[in-house]
Amino acid sequence: MTTAPTKPARSLTRAPDTGQAPARRKLRNSKQLLAIWLFLVPAAVLGLYFKFIPMVEGIRLSFFKVQPFLGDVFVGLDNYVSVLTDSRFMEALGHTVVLGVTQTLGALVVGFALALLLEGQARSLWILRTTIFLPVVTALAVVGEIWRILYFPTADGPLNSILGWLGLGPMQFLNGTDTALWSIAVVGIWSGAPYNMVIILAGLTGVDRSLYESAGVDGASIWQRLRYITLPALRPSLVIVLTLAAIRSLRSFTEVYVLTGGGPAGSTEVWMTRMYSLGFQRNDIGVASAAAVLLLVVTLLLTVGTQLLGKRKAAR
Amino acid sequence: MTQTISRPKARAAKPSAGARFDTALGWSPRLGPNMVLRILLCVLVFCIFALPFVAIISGAFDRNSSPTDISLLPKSFTLRNFEAATQQGLWGYLLNSLVVAGGGLLLQMTVSVFAAYSLSRKKFRGQALVLLLVLLTMMLPEEIIGIPLSLVLGDLPLLGISLRGSVLAVILPVGIWGFSIFIMSEFMKEIPGEIEEAARLDGVGEFRMLFTIILPLCKPALGVIGIFGFMMVWDQYLLPLIAANDPSNYTLTVALSVLRNDTTVGPGVLLAGALMAMIPSLLVYLFLQRSMIRGITSGATKG
Repeated sequence: MTTAPTKPARSLTRAPDTGQAPARRKLRNSKQLLAIWLFLVPAAVLGLYFKFIPMVEGIRLSFFKVQPFLGDVFVGLDNYVSVLTDSRFMEALGHTVVLGVTQTLGALVVGFALALLLEGQARSLWILRTTIFLPVVTALAVVGEIWRILYFPTADGPLNSILGWLGLGPMQFLNGTDTALWSIAVVGIWSGAPYNMVIILAGLTGVDRSLYESAGVDGASIWQRLRYITLPALRPSLVIVLTLAAIRSLRSFTEVYVLTGGGPAGSTEVWMTRMYSLGFQRNDIGVASAAAVLLLVVTLLLTVGTQLLGKRKAAR
Repeated sequence: MTQTISRPKARAAKPSAGARFDTALGWSPRLGPNMVLRILLCVLVFCIFALPFVAIISGAFDRNSSPTDISLLPKSFTLRNFEAATQQGLWGYLLNSLVVAGGGLLLQMTVSVFAAYSLSRKKFRGQALVLLLVLLTMMLPEEIIGIPLSLVLGDLPLLGISLRGSVLAVILPVGIWGFSIFIMSEFMKEIPGEIEEAARLDGVGEFRMLFTIILPLCKPALGVIGIFGFMMVWDQYLLPLIAANDPSNYTLTVALSVLRNDTTVGPGVLLAGALMAMIPSLLVYLFLQRSMIRGITSGATKG
């Protein structure tokens, strides 16, 4: 409840009505004010209990060596030092960034290709667009389980048998230390690309058709048309969405946890799975909290940075 | 129907200019090598994005002892997978999921509508701070605050009760979602103030104002926060995982990892579970598809 400012506002800045007796208006105003705060109470209580108290608690724990029954011991920045010097955390950071960048860019490129292919008014295209959107609506855990089966690593596994028809050798996919991370990235692209397709399709409808026509008259190639007409029209709507997606990928957990759980041999360990196993399986809550705080700070800085850049661009 | 994804009104005024200029790549509507190529690519795309789902359905009703047995058409129809999944508690998990999704979504939408009403239709001191705090909640998803959240769920501060093992441990935390509050208040801001003033002169109170005047005008936004909220709740993984006391509290999505370990019947059991976990999202998507597309294209970000 205290998420609201402690000093209750005493008057409304602007009452919508004029020409009424001041006393009545005052009464109305204070009633309205009460209503305002009443409407905010549910959000404030839930936010306090399930967002802000955990946040503060997490920050506090990150400075303590947490020991059940023995009492917590203040250790200053020790937990942060152990996160930043832990080689497995640093490896996880690398995997997280590689995975995030690959998934975000891959989903952009594939989404763009899908949009170009499926742009149009025909009903058949509409049905196809609706169908290929399924991976986006399906829960990530379900997507992960589907792909675990598709990736079955024997030569007669579903995906491997398709590769076999094409004359490609059976792959280990999630079981190989070299292929596991890329296999996860493919799943991310598969479930993210149709989402981008929809954004890009909306952008494509905004492109002035007469530009295509004049480009056609001028004998521009398809590539030139894409490069000089289509892309510039799409850029503004895409940049922010993509940056936010990349930032969000820093905390991707479900797909990695379902697909590999961080294995084999830690080759797909990302920040979140490392944090999870430290905090929940090894009960090293202090260090895990420090890792969470670092993730929060990075996320906050990147998000605020993106928004500011976006605003400055929009203002220009 | 087509306007759900691309709006015809944005088309060039003269169709006689040739459909060749209707698309960025200039697909020709006439039968030719161009058209054949496009159809082939469409088939390929369909295979990549849709066939895995066909395989799930087929595998769920098929006898299979290993993932290598899965094919696009069931070789022998059987309900054995569902029987085995039932023994593993499939319907209990599904019930957990449905209760969590229903309750969570209802709570989330109510909270969002209330908060959005006071943030968008009123001006008050401290509004900027409240907005900032709402923004901050968006930076605090379950992943980031998972560890302290699990402690809080086990022992609510001040109240001293434990929510763990109850559906409330998932329903209450998903009730606050900044994204939904923002979508709603952006939409409410667009409603002209005259409507409200007129009603106020008639002596309409705040609750009636919200429910009989403002909300009916917000149907499109309700659709958007409805489908995005459903997907957000249905997609929860870490939260039900840390909120559970034992596996019987799991929601279906989390419980898939339990079904996965069935070694006696095979992967069909998992696929039966995956199918049940897909059906509700599929139905919601088909009914609210328009809202979904609207939400995405209006610059809404996922999550």
